[in-house]
Amino acid sequence: MKLNLYRVSLLTLVRKEVTRFMRIWPQTLLPPVINQTLYFIIFGTFIGSQVGEVNGISYMAFIVPGLIMMSVISASFNNVVSSFFGNKFMKNLEELMVSPTPNWVIISGYASGGVLRGLIVGGLVFLISFLFVRPQIEHPFIIVLFVLLTAVVFSLGGLVNGIFAKKFDDISIFSTFILTPLTYFGGVFYSVEMLPEFWQTVSKFNPVLYMIDGFRYGFYGQADLNVWLSIGMLVSFTLILMVVSSVLLKRGIGIRN
Amino acid sequence: MTHEPAIQIQGLKKTYANGTQALRGIDLVVEQGDFFALLGANGAGKTTAIGVLTSLVNKNEGSVRVFGYDVDTQINEVKRHIGVVPQEFNFNIFEKVIDIIVWQAGYFGVPRKIALKRAEEILKALELWDKRNVQSRELSGGMKRRLLIARALIHKPKLLILDEPTAGVDVELRRGMWTYLKKLNQEGTTILLTTHYLEEVEQLCKNMAMIKDGKVVTQGKVNSLLRSLEEQTYVLDVCDIKQDQQLKGYSLKVTGKHEAEVNLPANEPITTLIQALAKEGIMVNDIQPKTNRMEQLFLNYLK
Repeated sequence: MKLNLYRVSLLTLVRKEVTRFMRIWPQTLLPPVINQTLYFIIFGTFIGSQVGEVNGISYMAFIVPGLIMMSVISASFNNVVSSFFGNKFMKNLEELMVSPTPNWVIISGYASGGVLRGLIVGGLVFLISFLFVRPQIEHPFIIVLFVLLTAVVFSLGGLVNGIFAKKFDDISIFSTFILTPLTYFGGVFYSVEMLPEFWQTVSKFNPVLYMIDGFRYGFYGQADLNVWLSIGMLVSFTLILMVVSSVLLKRGIGIRN
Repeated sequence: MTHEPAIQIQGLKKTYANGTQALRGIDLVVEQGDFFALLGANGAGKTTAIGVLTSLVNKNEGSVRVFGYDVDTQINEVKRHIGVVPQEFNFNIFEKVIDIIVWQAGYFGVPRKIALKRAEEILKALELWDKRNVQSRELSGGMKRRLLIARALIHKPKLLILDEPTAGVDVELRRGMWTYLKKLNQEGTTILLTTHYLEEVEQLCKNMAMIKDGKVVTQGKVNSLLRSLEEQTYVLDVCDIKQDQQLKGYSLKVTGKHEAEVNLPANEPITTLIQALAKEGIMVNDIQPKTNRMEQLFLNYLK
């Protein structure tokens, strides 16, 4: 009985989230595709021709995993933070709060929406990359694992941000001032081994570096960092964010009076 | 838990973070099948009490049970039995009417196929079926109010909580909503209503409670409370009246050249007043209660 209730409410929430981002696809799906296409053209074609190869891979092929991951991170995070905060701001989050939907279903539902948008956007960017280069796929399981875990981590991160946010500024601060720099410095356009030793050490404190590096390993079978450490880090972030979001929802932080 | 009251509140207290004491120890019982009015001036604590019932507001003290289920330990059982129509429109303005209803059903575990069927019945009953594919922001105020009711009913709650459901709704539509709510109540749904339209309480409710400054100042049967009024003020439209005109046995106040007010004890028939007026030679063209009885009761307790 309860399991059926949870199944129906989870499916409803996921369906609602997907309907939302599909309804506004010119805002949610199109911009990352255009942005990443521009990156392929400018960095891959114009600048990449001057750079040559990185770790024995053409520069264009090297940046493909990073650009996919960049769009997945951004899409997953932004989907959940904007949807959750929008629901909170318009007070229609109350529709969920007055229902018997348990917190873990709410978390899973919003996170699934973010993951699905992340995967769709990532998939589109992957398809676009074929216009410029034909990337190798060495370890498909690693690719799927990294993209899924990364989408989950950033969806949950978006949820935590959405729970705390009180005004629209609060949903862009983390994205603009923390997430974007971390992503750009996460080895999308360069190998960490190209950096001076000091910056290599600094870069190792950036979790996005591990995600992109592990994801790239799935494509080309080469990684700057230990892949198992990267997987462990992603799993740890997932668990920590799940616990944090559960505690916040249970206490009604930013939701209940 | 079938014989438990629909709502049982004891010693409910709530102080908001800014220090506002919204509820200062409320005791309230609403029996199953009742149509119960919760009245009070703006800011009296009605919406906070409803918020605690629906788990949107965390209480500080007291116990709250719904059909015997405790809000502290069995909140999901409590929620399963409640449908809530909030004071403010709180649906997503970009979503279609049918989606709003069907999503809500889903949150209560109603499968989509069943929800679509139920949505058709409810939307037709509330005359919103033609608008099912319209974004909710395009609805008129009255339609939005009905959408809130439809959304609250989709999971067939045993307790329907209506927080000022007819605010801003025109007279014709309001009466249509009354008819619908009466029918729901007759079919067994317990209804808790807050409203500023006191006529609504007289027309619909069996029992009522009044809240002032976060405390219940009176509760009981609507009819008994109305009968408890000590006196009622009538406005007289008269031909001519002297400024110092007296009326033996009554307190008469002349308020204009052709107007006066007189207080009539609740246990005295109006014919004796008319006879007294005739005896004094006061020619009366019309006689009207100054306020309706419900309003008088409201003012007596809450002024």
